Order: sequence, then C-alpha cells, then structure tokens
Amino acid sequence: MSTLTSKKSTSPTEKPQFRISAAIAYITLGVTTFLVVFPFWWMLVVASNEKNEIAKNPPRVTLGDQLPVTFDVIFQYANISRAIAISFIISISMAVSHIFFCTFAGYAFAKLKFKGQKQFFAFILLTMMVPGQLGIIPMYILVTRLGWNNDLKAIIVPGLVSAFGVFWMRQSISAVITDEVIQAARIDGASPWQIYTKIVFPLVRPTALVMGLFSFLGAWNDFLWPMLILDGDKMLTVQMAIAQMKEQAYIVNHAAQMGAAFFATLPLIILFFLVSKQLVKGVMEGAIKG
Amino acid sequence: MNLKQKTSAKSKSSLRDGEGRTAFFAISPFYFLYLVFGIFPILYTSYMAFFAWDPLGEKVFIGLTNFTNLLQDEVLWKALRNTLSIWVLGTVPQLALALYLATILNRNRLRFSNFWRAAILIPNVTSVLAIAVIFSSLYGRDFGLINYVLNIFGVDKINWMEGTFTSHFEIATMIIWRWTGYNALIYLAAMQAIPKELYESASLDGANGWQQFKYVTLPGIRNVMIFTITMSTIGGLQTFNEPYILGGVTGGNDKQFYTLAMFLYEEAFRKFQFGYGAAIGIFIFFCVIVFALINATIASKIAKD
Repeated sequence: MSTLTSKKSTSPTEKPQFRISAAIAYITLGVTTFLVVFPFWWMLVVASNEKNEIAKNPPRVTLGDQLPVTFDVIFQYANISRAIAISFIISISMAVSHIFFCTFAGYAFAKLKFKGQKQFFAFILLTMMVPGQLGIIPMYILVTRLGWNNDLKAIIVPGLVSAFGVFWMRQSISAVITDEVIQAARIDGASPWQIYTKIVFPLVRPTALVMGLFSFLGAWNDFLWPMLILDGDKMLTVQMAIAQMKEQAYIVNHAAQMGAAFFATLPLIILFFLVSKQLVKGVMEGAIKG
Repeated sequence: MNLKQKTSAKSKSSLRDGEGRTAFFAISPFYFLYLVFGIFPILYTSYMAFFAWDPLGEKVFIGLTNFTNLLQDEVLWKALRNTLSIWVLGTVPQLALALYLATILNRNRLRFSNFWRAAILIPNVTSVLAIAVIFSSLYGRDFGLINYVLNIFGVDKINWMEGTFTSHFEIATMIIWRWTGYNALIYLAAMQAIPKELYESASLDGANGWQQFKYVTLPGIRNVMIFTITMSTIGGLQTFNEPYILGGVTGGNDKQFYTLAMFLYEEAFRKFQFGYGAAIGIFIFFCVIVFALINATIASKIAKD
C-alpha cells in the first residue's frame, strides 16, 4: 500500500500517491464499519416492520413502527425475560470469578518465583489446545451424578477459572508491571499478597475488567453445554430461547425472531459502548509479549 | 502435595518468604477444577470409547470396535470434509483480512483511529445465535437481501443452506464477520511492538513497502500469527453453533453442513451412543493436534522466508 511513499519519502512528488493510499485506507475502514453495523440495522428493520414490507421488491431498509407489536409477541410467547435473567446470573458469576482467580493466578506466573513454574504454565497453555468437546460426555455423566441437572451450578462451577484468562492476565501483568516495582515493594517489607492487592491488581484492573467482560461474553454465548444441562422449559439461557424461537415452526415470525435477537444483543452492545476503549486496549495488551 | 513441599523447603533458605505459598493458593484453583472437570472427563472419555455404552443399561467392553466402526462410517468423513471446508472458508480470508486491516490501522497519522478500532471489535461482542438469526434472514431464499442484490446482477435466487458450497459459504461469512476485527487488533498490537528502527534500517537498505512488510512485519508478528491460527483451528474444528442455528441439528437434508461437533452431539445426546460419541470426541482431538501442528509449521515457514 504505502510502497512508494516509504521508498522515497523525501521527494515532494510523492504526495499524491500518499493521498491515494490514505484514501484507500479510509474507504476500506468505512466499508468495514458499514459491514459491521449493517446486520444490526437489518435486525431493527425486520423487527420493526410488517412482514410484507420486508417481502417487497425492493425490500424496505428503513425502520417501521411495529416494534411494540413485536415486543408484545416475544414476551407473550417466549421465556425471553426469564432467559435474559438466567444468562445474566451465569455470565456475571463467571466474569467476577474470572477477574478474581485468573488475575491472581496470572500474577503468580508473572511475578512470583516457585518450583515448576514453567511446567505449570506450559500445562495451562496445553489445556487450551484441548477441545472442550473431548470430555463433554463424561462431564454430562459427572454433573448428573452430582445431581446438578437443570441447575446453574453445572454451568458456573466448571468454568470458575479459565486457562485463557490466566494466560491473558499473565501476559498483561508482565507487560504492565516492571520487576523493579515489585522489588521495591518487597524491600519495603510487603508480602506477596500485599503486593498483589496494593500494587498489581490496581494497575491491571482495566485489563482484568476486559478479561472479565470476555468471560461474560463467552458465558453469554455458550450454547451446547447449557442446552444439555437445562431443561429448556423453565430453565433456559438467551441462546436457548433464540434457538427455540427459530425451531418452533408455528411461530415463523421473523420480526419476533429479530426482536429476540435484539434483546440478546442489547445488553452486550450497551456494555460495549460503556467500555469500548478499554476493550480495545485489553485485547491488544493480551496479545503482546508472546 | 509435591509443589507445596518443594516450595516451602525453598522459602526457608530464600528471602522471598511466602512466595511459594501465595503462588500455591493463586494457581491451585485452576488445577483443582481442571482435574475434576478437565482431566477426569478426558480420561473417562478414553475409557468409554472402548465400550458399547448405554447410559441407562449395560456397558459392554468391545475393544477398538467403536474406532473401527467410526473410521468406516461415511458420515464421519462427510462431517470432517464439511468441518474442514467451513473452517478453511472461514479462516483463511478472515486472517488475511485481519492482517490487511491491521496494516491500515497501523498507519502513521490515521484519523479517528480509536473509533475504527472500536468499530471492528463490535461483531465479537455480540450474541452468536442472535447474529445467526440475522444472517439467516439476510441469506433468506425468497426475501433475503443478499439474493435481492444478486438478482440485480442477474443471479437466480439461491437457496443458500441447500447447497454444499453455498451453505459452507454462508456459515463461513458469519465466522469471518465475527472474528476478523478481533484478530486485526491482535495483529495490530503485535505490529506496534516491532521497534521502529527495524523499519528505518530496512528503508535505508532500500526495502520497499512490500519488502518491509515481508521481512520486518511478518517475522515480527510470527508468534502472534501462530497463536491466532492455532486458536482458530481449535475453534474451527469444534464448529457447532453457527450451522446448528442457521440450518438445524440434522445438518441439512444431504448432511451438507453437518460438522464433527454436530455428529458428536447427535450420536451422544440424541441416540445415546456414549461410547461411539466418545470415540468421535477423541477423533476431533486428534484432528486438532494434527492440524494445529501443520498450521504452525506452515505459519512459521511463511514468516521465516
């Protein structure tokens, strides 16, 4: 892209070419943003219009006034509000637990010295290679034996700590906090636990929150496992509610499906706008210092 | 516990008092949970795979029969082909696009850079099934917007989920839509960690933009590339949600978008063939290892040259 500009950046004749490459860059980003936003817009269009409006030629791509009707249908037929509440309980528990356990473990791997540290960390990386589906049948048997069928414990407890979260926090802690800071605190007589609570956690709190948000997301989006564990009648997650709406042939109501999709997405979008800057930063921080 | 003994022995002689104990408390929750909900199920899977295992009835040891049956099962190879095809269609363009977006975002003096970065991350922060509902509407045969646009160019109405390639394409676009921005940000972070001096000296040596990309950028982000490829391999071989909600649990009339994960789900939890399902799980794991190794080798070769 910037081939020619970087080659002879001293030459004044290069300016137009720089402009062209800049234009391509902005157009690419503009098109990408459009492609990102459009499905959400389409969701609102379908949810807010009567069926024949969407079936028109050309189809309508602007908002209609049927949104209240759609929402009525959803709350009448589907357990969507219940599903949202259950999904919230699961996702928030996992996020909070990850923020605590993954950050603490990440600190141990980044800043403490102990025997077998390398091997223990390598093991965590190794577990990330293991597909979750490998153990899903015994997991199901185990959870049944524990009597956790149709119980949120079956979803929350196995996921209280995640390998990815530990990995992420370890990367972030070793990138953000220098060994000198830790050393200084140690000389002042701080214990490892004090160093963690007084220095490390406050410094990586933004990243820890982002990691927690991704845990929230992962839990919110989990589908196969909750579907196996919960009965889908009184106990169901948002994803299960959407799947049910789509499968129940007697309400082939696209507007209602989209309305349900809207409710499943809305909390995430709100969260996103509250913390988008930290999210971007967190994703990028987790990546470096491989 | 071995770890505790060793560390406490060490802390007596060292100034770093209490580190071992703190580390033990910090990391043991993960290992404890993984022992119960990770290692035990994995070992038990390997055990079950040697049985004709009826969850309510008998468990009969049948040796390798599940595996030999599985390898002769046409459905397995079809599911593997579908899974690989969806994964390649969804991953290769995704990572290439992510790389391209990252180089754009890495430009000097890019305006609104925070806005662009946030914008491309939005698809990752959504509900998978909700997005599947939206995509399935966009790809609808009669009133879908995509067929409408194609129709303008003279293309007949496509029943996307009916065809093998078209259904894979539909599923792949959804995966691309969700993951490109996330990977672009990871690549961007890796690119920004490359020292500027490397580019300066490359440019003094007369390297043009493409050469700089090839000899400075790519090697600089090699580890991160291997990481993203590995993660997408693991995710791709377990693809379940997207085909399930776009086309249904059967994987299509002709099983045209039936994936390995759907196969496992059906055998284990619809037909209750736990032993056979366990064998499928092991097969998926085996594929993950093989393909992750192949991909990592290819990726490190590409970045080295």
